Amino acid sequence: MGVGLLNTIEVILNGLMTGVMYSLVALGFVLIFKASGIFNYAQGVMSLFAALTLVGFQSGQIPFAELINAVFGTDVHHFGFTMPAILATLCALAVMVLFAIIVERLILKHLVNQEPIILFMATIGLAYFLEGFGDMMWGSDIKTMDLGLPQGGSFWFEDVTKTWAAEGSDYWGMYVDVLDVIAASVAICLVIALTLFSQYTKTGRALRAVADDHQAALSVGISLRYIWVVTWAIAGLVALVAGSMWGAKSGVQFSLSLIALKALPVLMLGGFTSIPGAIVGGMMIGVGEKLFEFYVGPMVGGATENWFAYVLALVFLVFRPQGLFGDKIIERV
Amino acid sequence: MSIHAAEAAKDDASYAAQEEAHGIEPRRVGDVVMEMKNITLRFGGVTAIKDISFDVREHEIRAIIGPNGAGKSSMLNVINGFYHPQEGEIWFRGEKRGPMRPHEIAHQGIARTFQNIALFKGMSTLDNIMTGRMTLMKSNFWQHTFWKGGAEREEVEHRRRVEEIIDFLEIQAIRKTPVGRLPYGLQKRVELGRALAAEPKLLLLDEPMAGMNVEEKEDMCRFILDVNDEFGTTICLIEHDMGVVMDIADRVVVLDYGRKIGDGTPDEVRSNQDVIDAYLGVSHD
Repeated sequence: MGVGLLNTIEVILNGLMTGVMYSLVALGFVLIFKASGIFNYAQGVMSLFAALTLVGFQSGQIPFAELINAVFGTDVHHFGFTMPAILATLCALAVMVLFAIIVERLILKHLVNQEPIILFMATIGLAYFLEGFGDMMWGSDIKTMDLGLPQGGSFWFEDVTKTWAAEGSDYWGMYVDVLDVIAASVAICLVIALTLFSQYTKTGRALRAVADDHQAALSVGISLRYIWVVTWAIAGLVALVAGSMWGAKSGVQFSLSLIALKALPVLMLGGFTSIPGAIVGGMMIGVGEKLFEFYVGPMVGGATENWFAYVLALVFLVFRPQGLFGDKIIERV
Repeated sequence: MSIHAAEAAKDDASYAAQEEAHGIEPRRVGDVVMEMKNITLRFGGVTAIKDISFDVREHEIRAIIGPNGAGKSSMLNVINGFYHPQEGEIWFRGEKRGPMRPHEIAHQGIARTFQNIALFKGMSTLDNIMTGRMTLMKSNFWQHTFWKGGAEREEVEHRRRVEEIIDFLEIQAIRKTPVGRLPYGLQKRVELGRALAAEPKLLLLDEPMAGMNVEEKEDMCRFILDVNDEFGTTICLIEHDMGVVMDIADRVVVLDYGRKIGDGTPDEVRSNQDVIDAYLGVSHD
């Protein structure tokens, strides 16, 4: 194989894996949008908050340490023990479920039957509140997340791919980050699990029912409030997975909440109501932006990854406003 | 008597004759299962329902009829808990009902269909009817998530009942089809199936025949009568089409402008002067 082709394959592989991460964030949006028609602006911050909580538990940080110190004049920061990653993850998940319950009690319950724009505004408020709350609870310093996952390029893969190139060519093999592979695998497992859950369980059936028709769902005895808690809890789980994977890659810092911005073009591409759309859309954006950066980037001075996804999404909007897999909107005039 | 009513009377007679010929026993109407007492429902300044009382007896087919805007659908929404009346009491199975939400009322055994079909359009016929059994499934979240603790047995059992309903409604051919793709008449039938799946104590049908052609109407009539006959289900239905109602209902409530203007057997209602006026329109001078 020629070096050019091998380079392209490498770029596509890396793009796919980044894309899966975008999909993961977009998936959180789609779940909530389908179930309740809310565009949840707070999804990105939820990822951040989940990651902060995970690291906090793992390193044995005392929640609200700054606040406690300021009020009681103490100087405490850590419990003095650390938690295994698995246990910390479970604790963080419990916190996200609790968060889902609180959101339903304090916000959603009171906004039933309101205009979508009002619900959207509520989630903007929620996003900024949660960001500040996370800051207060766990502190604003940048944290490293060590889940015990291997990191760095795979030498094995490099060696294998090196032999693909023609004899005597100056090719050093492909670079693939092991963490990316793990993250992508985790994301794929999560999507499969969610699909099985929604297809083959009673609650899953209720989730799909609520996504289709609220009134009919009520009439067969489904409690919308219960379903909302379940959806937000699942979105919390997705946020936790996304947050910990991104966090492990680039550290847990407040800019993590901006990954939500990467999910927007994915949603435009895949449609707000389609789970397969979120997955395929994420991969298309991932591969598209990497390829564009690789081939066109050098000509225009690089840094195309910041805007290319949006341009791609806009082009799509012009030709398929409902997205790749979104429900076609047909209205009678 | 109007031409319409005369026709209905003829149909009614022929139905009775048919019933006799086939040796079907007359329906066993039982005790009062639901009683509405002095229900008043207002939306802001508009009174949709004004001081209406009526009851529904076990095993009967009770119809609510009336011209457009008479408050029929509002009445059904009150029964099923979408609307909460400002005044009046609802007694269901011997107990006064407090303020309840629709899904709680569904758990009490009241199922319904909608005038503008409200199915889960992305889901298959089978899945739609399975959701009807939601109130009867007992396994909790963890049990059915991991398919443990009898969740599998439960699923299989309910699935069997659902297949029976599918056979009964003669919709085997569309079991796996997403209902959004089905023609109107079949969608109505699937919706009836979903309501039936809950094995309701009281089945509410909101214009089950609306927008149907003659054959579809005849099919639907047959299914409603069969449901009532075979399962003994108590049915309360709204209909626009007087002729159909007179054929299948045991007793009829007539509403007009949110008031009750008639209540009784189809024959009694048919000869009621107020009802005739409301349907044909008279000048009130």
